[in-house]
Amino acid sequence: MRFQQIDQFASHLKADTRASVYQSTKMTHEKRTKMLFDQFADPNRLRTIAGEIKQHAIENLDTYLPAVEAKLKANGAQVHWAADAEAACQKVLELMRARGATRMVKAKSMVSEEIELAEFLGRHGIEAVETDLGEFIIQIDHDHPSHIVRPIIHKNRREVAVSFEKNGLGAYDDAPEVITRRARQFLRHKYLQADVGLTGANFVSAESGRIVLVTNEGNSRFCLAANKVHIALIGIEKIVPRDRDLALLLNLLARSGTAQQLTVYTEFISGPKSPAQPDGPEEMHVIFLDNGRTEVLATECRDILRCIRCGACLNVCPVYRQASGHAYRSVYPGPVGAVLSPLLMGDRFAEKADLPKASSLCGACQEVCPVNIPIPDMLLRLRDKAKREHVSSPGTPPMGAWSLLASQPTAWRAALIGGRLINHIPTKMLPVPALRAWEQKRTLPEWRGGEFRKWLAQRRKGKSP
Amino acid sequence: MLNTERMPVTGKRVQLMATCLCDAFYDEMAAATVQVLEYLGCTVDFPEGQTCCGQPAFNGGDWPASRRVVRHTVGTFAGSDPVVVPSGSCAAMLFHGAVLEFEKESDLPAVEALGRRAWELGDFIVNGLGVKTWPGRYEAAVALHRSCHTRGTASGPAVSALLASIPGLRLAEFGEGEQCCGFGGTFAVSFPNISSAMGDLKLEHIRAARPDVLVSGDMSCLMHLGGLAAKEGQPIKIVHFAQVLRDALKNGGLI
Repeated sequence: MRFQQIDQFASHLKADTRASVYQSTKMTHEKRTKMLFDQFADPNRLRTIAGEIKQHAIENLDTYLPAVEAKLKANGAQVHWAADAEAACQKVLELMRARGATRMVKAKSMVSEEIELAEFLGRHGIEAVETDLGEFIIQIDHDHPSHIVRPIIHKNRREVAVSFEKNGLGAYDDAPEVITRRARQFLRHKYLQADVGLTGANFVSAESGRIVLVTNEGNSRFCLAANKVHIALIGIEKIVPRDRDLALLLNLLARSGTAQQLTVYTEFISGPKSPAQPDGPEEMHVIFLDNGRTEVLATECRDILRCIRCGACLNVCPVYRQASGHAYRSVYPGPVGAVLSPLLMGDRFAEKADLPKASSLCGACQEVCPVNIPIPDMLLRLRDKAKREHVSSPGTPPMGAWSLLASQPTAWRAALIGGRLINHIPTKMLPVPALRAWEQKRTLPEWRGGEFRKWLAQRRKGKSP
Repeated sequence: MLNTERMPVTGKRVQLMATCLCDAFYDEMAAATVQVLEYLGCTVDFPEGQTCCGQPAFNGGDWPASRRVVRHTVGTFAGSDPVVVPSGSCAAMLFHGAVLEFEKESDLPAVEALGRRAWELGDFIVNGLGVKTWPGRYEAAVALHRSCHTRGTASGPAVSALLASIPGLRLAEFGEGEQCCGFGGTFAVSFPNISSAMGDLKLEHIRAARPDVLVSGDMSCLMHLGGLAAKEGQPIKIVHFAQVLRDALKNGGLI
């Protein structure tokens, strides 16, 4: 029998990996919930308001994007627009080549993962070093992140120690402080040698043109401190209307993502070095990336663009916990990824049309989402889209004949009686793959079709209890 | 969240949607629902033409097939009386799922109207009829699995409160109660490995609480969990809360 790709991936997942993912996600989820409900009278109301703010922003990008461009320019930054991944990568390369730059240090940025920037630059002779510890480990391992916030959630420290040894970062030692110290020593040199620092942004305020970065390692500061050029690569959906909106969003982001009241570092960057701000890079370039977002905005799944990449939906998702992030074959895994990744494929939607199926539709994702995205509804919409576009879906039972039966009461009642056959025929003899799939893992209860109707008729005649 | 706006309950005449699972497998649960509603003074109509709420095809992604069944259901449950469903999942299909898949259809108003009449059984008893406690006796430690389709609705608290009020009954709380059991409709057969792994984890938590019986408002979750447990050779007793309410009445000599 053929089942869904994600299910097969999960069935082959190493027990160690599943344990790492499960323990870490469960702990963060539980801390997050406690923190939100201990500290706020009505966190669900806050999630709703935050969702409304972000929804307003994405539905008015035509106003906010020009506004933010004007503000950024007034603040001394240069603004570039990239329609797709290729354009964004080329712009970064062009900026670097124009300055004779060959070395970049990078802060964590999901958008740079999405456009595969580091690999692109590598192919063009430019070294782009990841400075977030998790991303650094991913890079030296030639691996891929499996979580939006915790890229190495699928690894344990023993695996990290092995790859450090393999990459010449010292003899095997899996003490976290040793690993951290070695990474720090290695990266300090990289910060000093680099020509360009690249960051993403968690938010951009249309009101002030400030970009906001949150980290726990302070690496984004190091990326900027010793460099002459700062490139910020930002998805167009990161805009918020006003600075004051950040109060709510930052409070929710840190609690939802890492169960912290506030991340250790929260940076507000208004522009390059100026008389009023004597520190920092001399040049600041902001590249706004579309890469399919405008098309998503035109669909009924536009709400997914509210996402602030906290990863709370991954942490709570029972499917993510079983399958881990790589199962999703996408930069964005988990529930949000199951919606966003197929949509960002554009014309190649079919390649990832199985992702929205990887959900029991339990709704936990929406319940924890700090911007209250109706993820289950979107998963359902995308299942409908996949069916309309005739994408095959292994293991999904065909529904045509069933729906005819279920809309003809006489046939339905006959089937209730006829169904008793399954009590007598082994299911492996029946041409119904769904039944066999069911029975692989579970017993099937006795078929008692028609019994309730019979009982009720008797009761109406005063003959049964 | 879910579209749960409902018409207030004024009379005591209701239409019962027994669900296709009860029609095919769990007749005793549907019978218990009738006995409970009649005990509460309701006149229970059972529209004979009923089949299914349309959810399997809706979740499976075949919305045209699902809409065909929903249209049939809308026709079958004509009238203005509340439609009571002993399943959080089928109730949510009526008041939320169907509305979603009909948003561009000309008969959306009829679908919305049925949605406003649809009540999950526990929600109906507690919030529709205003019954806050349950009499009789039920001597057991009960593990209550809150099915995911009641997430964000009034059903979860309603059923917990009703059960907790029954003399003799003790609710056995278990870990990660907010997590899904892994059923998920077509998910159970297209993702059998993940679905059963989720179920095993749920069973592990439930068993640790040492209940006498596993209770839920959705037979689909129970069919999955009970089926998994039986397949593994460690069967557990599963019953719908309607059966608990009915048996409490019986034990107390009230019916």
